[in-house]
Parts: sequence; structure tokens; C-alpha cells
Amino acid sequence: MGRSLKIVGGEVYDPANGVNGAVREICVQDGKIVESCTGAAEIIEARNLVVMPGGVDIHTHIASPAVNAARGFRPEDHRHGLMSKRPGIRSGVGFTVPSTFATGYLYTKMGYTTVMEAANAPIGVRHTHEELIDIPILDKGIYVLMGNNEFILKYLKAGEMEKVKRYVAWLIRSLKGYGIKLVNPGGVEQWKYGKDVESLDDKVYYFDVTPRQILKALSWANESLGLPHPIHLHANRLGIPNNYLTTLETMHALDGSRLHMAHIQFHSYGGENWGGFCSKAVEIAEYINAHPNVTTDIGQVVFGDATTITADGPWQYRLYKLSKNKWYNQDIEVETGCGIVPYVYREKNYVNAIQWAIGLELFLLIRDPWRVFLSTDHPNGGPFIFYPWIIKLLMDKTFRAEMLKRVHKRVLSDTTLPKLDREYTLSEIAIISRAGPARALGLQHKGHLGIGADADIAIYPKDDDREQMFEHPVCVIKDGETVLQEGEIVGSRDGKTLFVIPPEVGEMDPEFKTEFENYYTIEYENFPIDVEDIPNPEAIPAGAAR
Amino acid sequence: MSERRFTLITGRTTKQGRSVHLGKGAREFLDEISTLQMNPKDIEVLGLQEGDQVRLSTRDGSAVVKCKKGDIPQGLVFIAYGGFVNALVGSDTQATGMPNTKGIEVEVERHG
Amino acid sequence: MAESVGVKEVKVIEGVTCPFCGVTCDDLVVHVENGKIKEVKNACVLGKDTFMHHLEGWATPRIQGKPATIDQCIDAAAEILAKAKYPLIYGLDSTELQAQRKSIELADLIGANIDHTSSVCHAPSLQAVQTVGISSCTVGEVKNRADLVIFWGCNPAEAHPRHPSRYSVTAKGLFTPKGKKDRMVIHVDVRPTPTARMADAFIQIKPNSDYEIFSALRALLKGHELDQAEVGGVAIDEWKTLLEKMKSSKFGILYWGMGLTMTRGKYLNIVALLTLTQELNRFTKFQAAPMRGHGNVVGMAQVLTWQTGFPFAVNMSRGYPRFNPGEYSVADLLAHGEVDAALILAADAIGNFPAKMAEHLRSIPMIAVDPKESETTKVATVVIPTAQAGIAAGGMAYRMDHIPLVMKKVVDSPYPSDREVLERIIAKVVAMKNGGNGAPVRAGGARG
Repeated sequence: MGRSLKIVGGEVYDPANGVNGAVREICVQDGKIVESCTGAAEIIEARNLVVMPGGVDIHTHIASPAVNAARGFRPEDHRHGLMSKRPGIRSGVGFTVPSTFATGYLYTKMGYTTVMEAANAPIGVRHTHEELIDIPILDKGIYVLMGNNEFILKYLKAGEMEKVKRYVAWLIRSLKGYGIKLVNPGGVEQWKYGKDVESLDDKVYYFDVTPRQILKALSWANESLGLPHPIHLHANRLGIPNNYLTTLETMHALDGSRLHMAHIQFHSYGGENWGGFCSKAVEIAEYINAHPNVTTDIGQVVFGDATTITADGPWQYRLYKLSKNKWYNQDIEVETGCGIVPYVYREKNYVNAIQWAIGLELFLLIRDPWRVFLSTDHPNGGPFIFYPWIIKLLMDKTFRAEMLKRVHKRVLSDTTLPKLDREYTLSEIAIISRAGPARALGLQHKGHLGIGADADIAIYPKDDDREQMFEHPVCVIKDGETVLQEGEIVGSRDGKTLFVIPPEVGEMDPEFKTEFENYYTIEYENFPIDVEDIPNPEAIPAGAAR
Repeated sequence: MSERRFTLITGRTTKQGRSVHLGKGAREFLDEISTLQMNPKDIEVLGLQEGDQVRLSTRDGSAVVKCKKGDIPQGLVFIAYGGFVNALVGSDTQATGMPNTKGIEVEVERHG
Repeated sequence: MAESVGVKEVKVIEGVTCPFCGVTCDDLVVHVENGKIKEVKNACVLGKDTFMHHLEGWATPRIQGKPATIDQCIDAAAEILAKAKYPLIYGLDSTELQAQRKSIELADLIGANIDHTSSVCHAPSLQAVQTVGISSCTVGEVKNRADLVIFWGCNPAEAHPRHPSRYSVTAKGLFTPKGKKDRMVIHVDVRPTPTARMADAFIQIKPNSDYEIFSALRALLKGHELDQAEVGGVAIDEWKTLLEKMKSSKFGILYWGMGLTMTRGKYLNIVALLTLTQELNRFTKFQAAPMRGHGNVVGMAQVLTWQTGFPFAVNMSRGYPRFNPGEYSVADLLAHGEVDAALILAADAIGNFPAKMAEHLRSIPMIAVDPKESETTKVATVVIPTAQAGIAAGGMAYRMDHIPLVMKKVVDSPYPSDREVLERIIAKVVAMKNGGNGAPVRAGGARG
């Protein structure tokens, strides 16, 4: 029998259940939200406090071979955030690429309880699961990279769509993944010989298929398998001036299908070159406003240190040449690539300031908060620990005005940001940071405080300084247990690994094993991951085909 | 430079890698790690015969091993990793964490 | 079937991962008869001997040279570590990931220095990557695409015997269907190692000249002419020819080894190499990769990095991780006589270290955890024998390119696994600390 508790007197923000600041009692038993507790319950006094579901991050890079490579090659980064051991708490390092234990504690310290690791090469997923074991408290899921997978390209070339679908199901099932991720579809395969794709209709070397074909095929496979989350797309041409045209064309190509556009800020740029670099947030927001099939997370830029980590190898090569910073590249056989470049976003740098403004423009111009989610594309736009700062920018136009005085002056003249008066409400913040992402992920027991939901709860002080408020929760509850009290982690525990069980759509062909071993360097039988190797798994069933 | 001065290279060999599984006291292992490979001309210049005992001296220590002809350039000598190498390698890392383990100056002379 | 004398119990285990080196072949077939390994297929000689001789030279549990039980040894080990003011945990290559994970938890608990055999192997390579990064790839990319392979200061023929056939020389892949015929292989070293026999060309350079050579190649790549007639004992024209081969390849890779990490220049040699190979990407696809890995040393660097942020030479004495090669690396800690106790796991520190370092280890309380007797177990205060990872204990190992693979347990051992020993030491240390001041102290960690 688990713990019973009642959170009483708090102002509850539970937008999924239509609760908007009303004083409600929340009852918890055995790790779930219940109507009422059956026996004696511990009381948590929440008068004058704000109660929300635990935060849900739909897009972050916290564990993978790539993230670990970034940690290993940035010793200079870690000295900003040393974290001491305490009884029951492991030591670690923080900042842009925190160590695993630190990652769990730092998210918890903001009231977040569920995060999705956004980019994993299939052959490295076994590594990611091992890292996730050492990220305490949080529930976690893994998106699997598929947009440059040579088996998928080969099946597409041959027009064998059913094989694409079967292979996708096999990958998700074998790896205990949560969803399909695409990064610069076609472009990373081109990078394997040092090139990229320029448009949606460029042909990929040897395979003769286009990014457009890859997008459509994987979207179709995703929907016909009934996976809970739509395809999670890092579109082509990330970071490059005038990429907004590709972004619009991409969304248009998938018109009518569910689609999650990742870190859209990085895909909303105009201008023929860096000199003419400008915001196209208005055009992108307009399209999203008119197309309810699209969700997005922003990838907000935060000034200061960042580490850019992405499977988008060709983009990272460009960033290495632009920034002249150190450059890590790791191409992954059969599957994808990986590039890492440290980066500093500066307030007075024209491009960086415009990038910062674009993110905020998009937040403020996209009208439906259920379709735009809080992210920094951690640690690409900056580390996740700055979410409270972003919340303050969204909720407080006076603070925005102060920031506008500090950043490069052309933000004033070249973007719509100075004219945008909108201020997010607490309910809207609860949507973009928990209810919305949970819904887009198809996680029915997350992101809300209704009966049957996981008892993942964050209790914040009421503070007009919204950064202070969201940076310092009074109490965080995970699965019904108190994990943070008065700013300190008090009960580290294991989180769960969320994975999707796709429907049975047939075995792989008998010749697949031979093909696998021809192009990979490991045995076919050694590729799948046993569910027994994952200490706290939680299976999420797929839904009906769409 | 004196004809007795050489550059010492240390490294792995197949024999060393195989025989280590027999135990570090095994004759095959000890034999491999106590054999100095030299260019045949260098052996001749020093007036040695293959199999002769030689004393190796570096800044950090010395060891007595037997010499053998090897496919190795003149001026270089080679021994497989093991206790004899350890006696010759110093522990100074110049604050890098890595001792100089290859490319070390060494004096080679007949022993006994 | 009823048990009866004379009936052989025969098991054939396929897809077995070899624990010996960083090639981490996962296609071994092991025949086990009545709990004994009878045959190993597909392995190289080094891998085969690892399995076939795994019973030879077994260590025995003992304290101060006297026979003891495992329980007594664990208590004695915990006592040494709990009392130590500045302990060292070292070795950790020939074991599996879960034990490595536990070793860091122990280091965190007792405020130890923790370092592994990379420190005296490829640590300079890691430092170089921290300095300039690296353009690299998994071995499958080399198998599928590489038309130029350079082995520089490394000797796969003797140190990584199946690397050439599985990945880099004769391997056939998507764009290299003819294997060796689709590739040019060049070996650069100070002596013609057995690897030279599989190469199309061998370039013999002078010892300790690598930094100079890479710098010259970088200058030539940028279009500068050099005054010298030769660099590193090789004519400039020959270097120009090599550079042309590099630039005109479709996919080139340079593998390097300890010929660069252990010689004068150390990590700066690798910085020059990595910068050259990064800059070649202006002309073609060019990669570089270290020939890493005795055992699962790569796995140790991985888990140490994700738990502490740093890949080697980590100090926990202040309660949080600090990293400083040259200060917290094993060679310096021992040479300066700084540590006052040591736990050496799955490595023969005394057998592999320069004499002065070994001397300090001999002078302090030392615990050796190892399946086999070694120079280290001979002099250790406490010897705890364990089941050999990858043979008598399962787990995970990492290939040299960071690809994780499962290691299977193929036979039983009367001894506990490395992981179990570490878990029991941790539990004992925690109990002793609790006994000391009454405050509750948990081992901590998500899986604590």
C-alpha cells in the first residue's frame, strides 16, 4: 500500500480538466490521483500556493551517445555547476551538458517530472537506456532517429511501403523507443560523403529518394501504426538564412497529417545570407495558426553558453566553420550522424538577438497554447535550467521591454516583438509546459491532475517574479512521493522508462538478417534490447491506425 | 651520438598478448617480455650474437635482457610491454598524466 | 532427461561478445561441455586464448597473504577504504559496465580518486578531443565507405587482430563490395610492424617526429611550401603524395594508436592529427579514430563521463567531481606518493606501471579484485577473486567507437562478479559510516 496524501488549499492549474486557479483538494493514493483517499492521509498545506501537474518536456537532449560525447569533450563547461553528494544524493556537474544524476535533480528543481530524449541513433539506444537508469526521479522516453536510415531509404527506393512500416515497428519494438524522430531527412545521409540536401526535392546519393518522400513515408508509417506521438521532425535546412521557405514547404507537404515540428525557432529565418538574416516568425506562426494538425516546440535561445548537439552533421560542420569552435562529428553506420559544437549566444550579436526574438515572437504569435510547447532544444538554444526565465519573458511584458533595451538594437526595428503585448497566463504556462506536451505525446496519465493520472505534482510559491516562482517550487511530488521540499531533493528515486508497443504488422523478411549483417558490424541477434534490461519500464500501447 | 645509444620503442606483440593468459609467471610470457629486438647491423656493430645478454640503461633505470634480430630500423630497439619495460620507464608525465613509454633514449651494452 | 554419469551436457552459445579488446567482436561461438569451455569459433588468437585459458592462474581470496573467505576479504577491503583519507580506485578495463558503474558510486561515497587504464593508454587522445574535437565515425562507416585507410602509430595486426577483416581492410560493405580491392591501406610507423604486410604502402618515420609531420601536412594542405627537404626522415615529396591521396579519396580514415599517445608531444601529437583530418573535410570526407581498448576501457570512460562529466582522472575528495590530468591521473598520484590506499580492479597495475609508481602501490594498503593472479595480487593486502566478466559474468561492453554490446555469461564461476563484490563493499562502507556517527548515510544513486 503506497502513501496517501491530500494537498489542500492550493490554487490548482489543471487546464486539461478545465481547472483554472480554483482552490481544489488533490488526493493521492498509491502514486495516482484519486477522488478521495480511503484511509488516513498525510496533509500537504498549499494555501497561497500554486498547484500544477509536474512539467513535461517534449524535446530535450539529456542522454545518448551524442550527449555523453558532448559531456566528455566539454570539461570546461562543467566547472560552472558543481554539485556535492549528500546522503542519498549523488554528486555531479551541471550547466549545458549536466551529468546524469544532476540532470534528474535539476529538472526536479523546476517541478518537471517527465522528459523526452529527442534524438537517438538506433545502435546507440542501448547506451541511452543505461544512461537513463542514472537519471533519477524523472520518467523518460526515447525518440529513435529514422530520417536517414539506409534500410528505409532502400525500401523507399524500391517503393516497398509495407516494408517501411514493418521495419519502423521492428525498430520501435526492438529498442523500446517512444517515437519516430527525423533529423534533416536525406541530408545526413548526404553528409556521409560531405554533402547536404538543398531542398525537399533533392535526390539522396545512390538511394535516389528525396526528403519529401522520406517525410511522407515515415508520417504515413507513424499514423498507420497508431503511434501515440506524431512524427517528431527536425526539418531540413536548420539554422540557415531563408530556411522558412523550406519549413513552410515541409508543413505543406504533410498537410492534413499530425506533425510535430521540433525547435521551430531554428527554422523561421529569412534573408538571402547572414547579412540579410531576419525573422520570418509571422509567416510561420500564421501557417501554424491555420493548421491544427501541427504542434511545435520553440527551441528558445537563451543568452550565454550552449552546446549544440544534433544528428544534423552537415549543419554542425557549417557551425564549426562559422564559429571556429571545436567540432565533434560522429557518423553512425547505416543510420545517421552526430555533430557537436560549443556555442555562446550573445545579446549584442545581431543574429543571436534576432534568434532570441524569433522564439518569443513565435510563442506570442501562435494563438493556441495547446500546440506550442516550451523548449530550448536543450542544450542547443541554451540549457533547460532557464525555463523559468523564459516563462518570465512570456508572462511579463515589462521584463521583455527591459530585455529589448539590452539586446542588439535591430531587434527593435526588425522584428514584431516590441509590438507584441500578449502576456501568458498561469493557465497558459501550465498548458505549454505540461498539459500540451503530454497531450501531443499521447500520454494520457501525464500533464493533468484528473482521477487516474500519475501523481506527479509541482507546488510553486505565488511570486510576481515568475522566474523566481518557477525556479523554486515549494514541493515536488513524483508518483505520490515527495522528492523535493523547500528547494532540496529529499527523496531520490528511480523514474520510469516510457516506451510504446507498436501493433503486430508482420515479421521482418528472412533475408533481413543477412542484409543487416552485410551493412552493420554487429550480429542481428545482438541488436534488440530485452525489456528485462530496463529496470522500470512502462509500456504505452499504440492506438488505432489513423 | 655514441653507437651504443638507441631509441627504445615498447609495445604489444601477439605472443605477449597470447601468453599473458597463461599467467604472468609463464615461461612463454617471460620469454617474450625479456627479448630485445634489434636491427641485425646494430647487433653486429655492438659485437653481439643473437641471444646474447645486453644491459639496457635509461635515465630511469636499467634491465638485462637478451637480444634478437628483428625487422626494425637501425638505431631503434623494441621490447614488448612487461616487467622489463617497467624498469626502464620513468614516472614523470610532464603534468599530462602519461609517462614517456615510447621513443625513450636508451644505452645498450653487452652484459656479462 | 535423468541425470546420469557419462551424459555430456553440451551447450553451443552463439553471438558471444569477446571481452579482450576494443574490436569487441560479437560473433563468437562458444562450445561448453559440462560447464567447461571446449571450443571458441570466430575469435582471433588473442580472443580465443582469453576464453580457453580463463581457468589458468585463478586468484584465491586472502588477507595479508593468508587464506581467507570472500566475506572476510570484503570486510577487510571496506575497512581499508573507509579509513583512507585519499584513496585511489583504479583499473576497471577488463570488466563490465555495471561493475564500472558501481566503482564510481564507491568513489563518490568515500571521496576517492578514480582513474582507469585509459590514463596510461589513450588519455592523451581524450585530452586532444577535448581541445579541438574530432571528425569520426563508427567502424561500420569504414566498412561501408572507406577507400583510404591509414594506420598511424598503431598495429592492428598484433593488437586488434580482427579490425582489418571485420571493419577496415578486407571488410566488404555497401560502397566497398570488393573489400580490399576497393581500398588503399597505408601504414605509418617508426618500424615496419606486422601491420605493414597488409598495407599497400609503408612510410617509416623517425621516432618523436609525429607532431612535426602533422604540422607540415597542415601547412602543405593550406598551400604553403616548406623549406626543408624532409620532415620526420621522409622527403617532402612523399608527404605531398600522401596528402594528394588523402584529398582525392572519397572517404578517408586515419586510425592512430599509442605510437602517438606515449611519445614526446603526448596529446599535442593528437591535436595536430585531429586538426589535419578536420581540415581535410574542406576537400573530401575525412575521419579519424583512436584504436582503443584493452577490454572494456571505453565503457569505463563512458559511464564515468555520464556520472561525473569527465572521462578519466576524476577526484571526488571534495564531495563533487574534479578533473585534472597530470594531478589526478594515476601516474602522478602514485609517482608523487599521494594516495594512502588503493582498490585495483580488473587490471594488473603493478605489472604494467613504471617501477616508481609500483613502488608506492606496494607501500600502501591495497585491495586487488581480479579473476587471476597477477603482479598486483602477489603484493596486495587483500585479494578478492571474481568471476571473469564476459566469460563467467554477463554485462555490457563498449566497442572502440562507443557502440555498446551485451556480454554473455558462458560458464559459471565459484566466485562473485566484480559488480557483486563492489556492491557488498559499498554496503559495508555505508554500514561502517553509519556506525560511526549514527547519521543515516545511504549509498545513494538511482540504483543504490
